[in-house]
Amino acid sequence: MVSTTTGAAAGRGQPTPVGESAEVNRPQRRYRASRRRDTLAALAFISPWIVGFLLFTAWPVLYSAYLSLTDYDVINDPNFVGLDNYKELFADPKIALSLANTVFYTLIQVPLHVLVSLALALLLNRAMRAAGFFRTAFFLPKMTPPVAVGILFLLLFNGQSGLINTVLGWFGINGPAWTTDPHWVKPGLILMSLWTVGSSVIIFLAALRNVPLDMYDSGKVDGANWWQQTIHITTPMISGSIFFVVVVNTIAAFQTFSEAYTAFFGSGNTTYSNDAALFYAIYLFQQAFQFLHMGYASAMAWLLFVIILIITLIQVRVSRRLVYLEGEQR
Amino acid sequence: MTSEALDAGSRAVAPAIAQAELSRGPSRLRPPRRTWTIGRALILLALIACSVIFIYPFIWLLSASLKPRSDVFDNMLIPQTITFHNYLTVWQQAPMALWLVNTLFVTVLAALTVAISSAMVAWGFAYFRFPLRGPLFGLVLATMMLPGAVTMVPVFLIWNSLGMVGTLTPLWAQNLFGSAFYIFLLRQFFLGLPRDMFEAATIDGAGNWSIFWRIAVPLCRPALVVTLLFEFQAAWTDLMRPLIYLRDASSYTIPRGLKALLDQFGFGGDWHWEIIVTASVIATVPMILLFFAGQRHFVQGIATTGSKG
Repeated sequence: MVSTTTGAAAGRGQPTPVGESAEVNRPQRRYRASRRRDTLAALAFISPWIVGFLLFTAWPVLYSAYLSLTDYDVINDPNFVGLDNYKELFADPKIALSLANTVFYTLIQVPLHVLVSLALALLLNRAMRAAGFFRTAFFLPKMTPPVAVGILFLLLFNGQSGLINTVLGWFGINGPAWTTDPHWVKPGLILMSLWTVGSSVIIFLAALRNVPLDMYDSGKVDGANWWQQTIHITTPMISGSIFFVVVVNTIAAFQTFSEAYTAFFGSGNTTYSNDAALFYAIYLFQQAFQFLHMGYASAMAWLLFVIILIITLIQVRVSRRLVYLEGEQR
Repeated sequence: MTSEALDAGSRAVAPAIAQAELSRGPSRLRPPRRTWTIGRALILLALIACSVIFIYPFIWLLSASLKPRSDVFDNMLIPQTITFHNYLTVWQQAPMALWLVNTLFVTVLAALTVAISSAMVAWGFAYFRFPLRGPLFGLVLATMMLPGAVTMVPVFLIWNSLGMVGTLTPLWAQNLFGSAFYIFLLRQFFLGLPRDMFEAATIDGAGNWSIFWRIAVPLCRPALVVTLLFEFQAAWTDLMRPLIYLRDASSYTIPRGLKALLDQFGFGGDWHWEIIVTASVIATVPMILLFFAGQRHFVQGIATTGSKG
């Protein structure tokens, strides 16, 4: 179905790349000349990416690998120290702390994110009128700058006078000090992050609308109720989208930075401990640009890369057994 | 004469393509019955409750920005006394106008450059056949998997050695070289265009550039708009890069300035939350307007990403 030249690039079910079929019957000679011209023209068109790749990806990756083996403070020349930075990673209590914080955040945030956005999409899919209005309402928070989300977190989750605890008070619940109690900082940040699930809602809604209606008809014939249909028909049919949202959001959650940094770090906050909100990306940023430990920060970045790679590979592995793809044979 | 033929051609096809793009996928899947039942009412009720939760923080923020300092935390929906004094104070206390101009400058350049360069690269991968096309495009996709943290330090060192740290350039100039995500998005779109049109133009003697610029680019307008909107939002809301590259308050973007205001007037400082609240409104409103201006494209772009990613 897909020719070998495009093997890696063209995924499943994509249209044949433009021009694949047209050239089959041409005379060989003319074909070769046009191929040469094509190659030159193509190189001209993709040259911005080639330059950018070499300059801002390939070289930085190599240089970062080298830097991770040095001590470098930007002012003095890099000083080669071998694997010392990597050894230090395992001895640094703040690495353990920030990794634990990040894993905790990811393990709870991602499943909640998927559940909430899926529930909202299921509701939206059943909306008879004003679906557009509701969709807009769910998506708008995603437009808010993360700094403003961090500020909203400080204000709405404020222990004494925040809106969240005021509402909890109506039900007789004495809300915790979300922004200062180390036990409640991460749960608070996770709850706040659920405010910005909008794009996942839209992805799920698009997937739900692609589920053929006759699937449900046969479900009804078999006497399945709404819940059974959702579990046995809808969920498998949109498992591809669920997988996509899980993978993308796991990667994002592992690098969470802006909201927590806004609320708990920077020059302002000196009144209480912010260890509970020290996520890995924040600690990396501090090491690189506040302490100017460029070598150590590079080693941290590589550790992050390896962790994310392993998690993603595991997810892909698991999804092979769980994800249903229409028309695909495995 | 060639250009006339091209224009006519693209005019004829463009609406058809746009139409096809809009109406893709089955139409709304409504259950056949339309009578009101308890189930329907419950769903509507749940939807209303959820949208109140999602919208309320905006209203809270806007309302708080109109309250005097003492009332910011009173959680009243309608301010007891409405005052625009906070907006005046923010304007006096911080170079808001300058920050807005800086942000607009970065945002417009970032969006325009990434759209043009990514479209060129995407067209190169979609239209031409050349050796190593598959592996090279695989490399484009692979760069999306690389966490930004890995390249963050060396890229900073590049801008540092060029003497650009402290300027706005590092916030947008990398977009001159395209971005993997948009290259992928635009290539998908180009692959959906009918090949015949371009063949016809080639026979008419149109060069590669004019085929790209005069036919392909106008045809892929929907995807270009998605690219522009996405990047505009990304550049407007970014905090990490301004934190790394901007040193002087006069070069701050809006998110960086907002963070500086929080540090100055929030916990560490004078507890002037009304200033922070008001500045947050100023930072957020342009994004809300952007969404309403391009709502259809935002929704379509995200849905496409999810189904093809």
